[in-house]
Amino acid sequence: MNRKIIDLWVGIFVAIGLAALVFLALKVGNLLTTSEERTGYQVEARFDNIGNLKPRAPVKSAGVVVGRVESIRLDDKTYEGVARLHIYSHYQFPRDTIAAIFTSGLLGEQFVGLEAGGDTVMLKDEERIRKTQSAVQLEKLISQFMFSKAQDAPPAGAPASSPPVATPAAPAAVPGAKP
Amino acid sequence: MKPVLRILSRLGNATVGGVERLGFAARFFAAILRQSGTSVVRPGLVVKEIYQAGVLSLIIVLMSGMFIGMVLALQGYETLVRFGATESMGVLVALSLVRELGPVVAALLFASRAGSAMTAEIGLMKTTEQLSAMEVMAVDPIARVVAPRFWAGVISLPLLAALFSTLGIYGGYLVGVRLIGIDGGAFWGQMQAAVDWRYDVMNGVIKSAVFAFAVSLIAVFEGYDAKPTAEGVSAATTRTVVTSALVILALDFVLTVFMFRGGVH
Repeated sequence: MNRKIIDLWVGIFVAIGLAALVFLALKVGNLLTTSEERTGYQVEARFDNIGNLKPRAPVKSAGVVVGRVESIRLDDKTYEGVARLHIYSHYQFPRDTIAAIFTSGLLGEQFVGLEAGGDTVMLKDEERIRKTQSAVQLEKLISQFMFSKAQDAPPAGAPASSPPVATPAAPAAVPGAKP
Repeated sequence: MKPVLRILSRLGNATVGGVERLGFAARFFAAILRQSGTSVVRPGLVVKEIYQAGVLSLIIVLMSGMFIGMVLALQGYETLVRFGATESMGVLVALSLVRELGPVVAALLFASRAGSAMTAEIGLMKTTEQLSAMEVMAVDPIARVVAPRFWAGVISLPLLAALFSTLGIYGGYLVGVRLIGIDGGAFWGQMQAAVDWRYDVMNGVIKSAVFAFAVSLIAVFEGYDAKPTAEGVSAATTRTVVTSALVILALDFVLTVFMFRGGVH
């Protein structure tokens, strides 16, 4: 085959191969946004319970992604979960901002929501968000609900609970008596 | 007693032989690297081999990528629809292709399409004593024949893997958005939110580069090491495909453990 045609084909091959790489980085991945996201500042938020929060989870304010969770560790003095948040540099938050852990949807991923306060002094690099709200644990909610139900129940439930004890005894005796 | 001894001696022989071949392969790799100057000075040699290894593998790689993406979308839909999470289809298709299927399947296809051809070509050159003839003419066969093929493989495979993933994602888009009717915005948007270009895309490219070195080395080594007979060349070609497949899958496991560690990093 002609030398020139081979060169042409190899040129086309390399070009579309590189184009595919660029496509993967830009359209499939998030390279486009990282240049503005790379610069930012770090703040720390301490939670009693971090729930299922993972590194790289979004930090949102009013539903808009304003940063990422950088890392999560346990402070072994206070036994609190410490999340380091990377906030993009063009977003500023007041010092009395509240950080809370929310879940998107019922089974969705967890993210940190920031609710801006009214302070005029802004959060700076390496500062700590003082007001936090832990992740809601479904088990805890359910058990609280059950306890509160149980506490509500006794006045009405106590007399009602004694007849059911008696009734199972009666049907149990019937099949036993049959043979 | 005697058959036991025979089995033991055969086992020992095979082990020693295997280690010996591994040592020869390492020495051969070093020789390729030393003799790569010719490939740089005469890029035409490499370009010709990229045509053989890369361009001619395009059709099979592109078609396979497309079909695998389409199947992923169909199968993924079956599971995702149960959780009402069909919008995550883009994430599913893109992550499986970019992280795993792209590099691995492209490397497997490359080994069977181009690697086997390299082995057969070099093996036949050895059998017909073309390599010895080159040595007589003071042309180093490693510099003139082996190194250009090796580098052509190293350059081609990462590009093929990227094309495979791209076409796969497009196939997933065709089935997911066009055929099933998932919202296109959610398909691309969720994909972009979940796929990190460094953590996912670059690690996939690194994977395919590692596979490229492994498959190319195996292919040229098996050809160079083939017994100079018709059966020898055919056995070497088979060995290239089998060894490449095993090495790719084993390396993939090791690399995945290093790179992704189950999402904890």
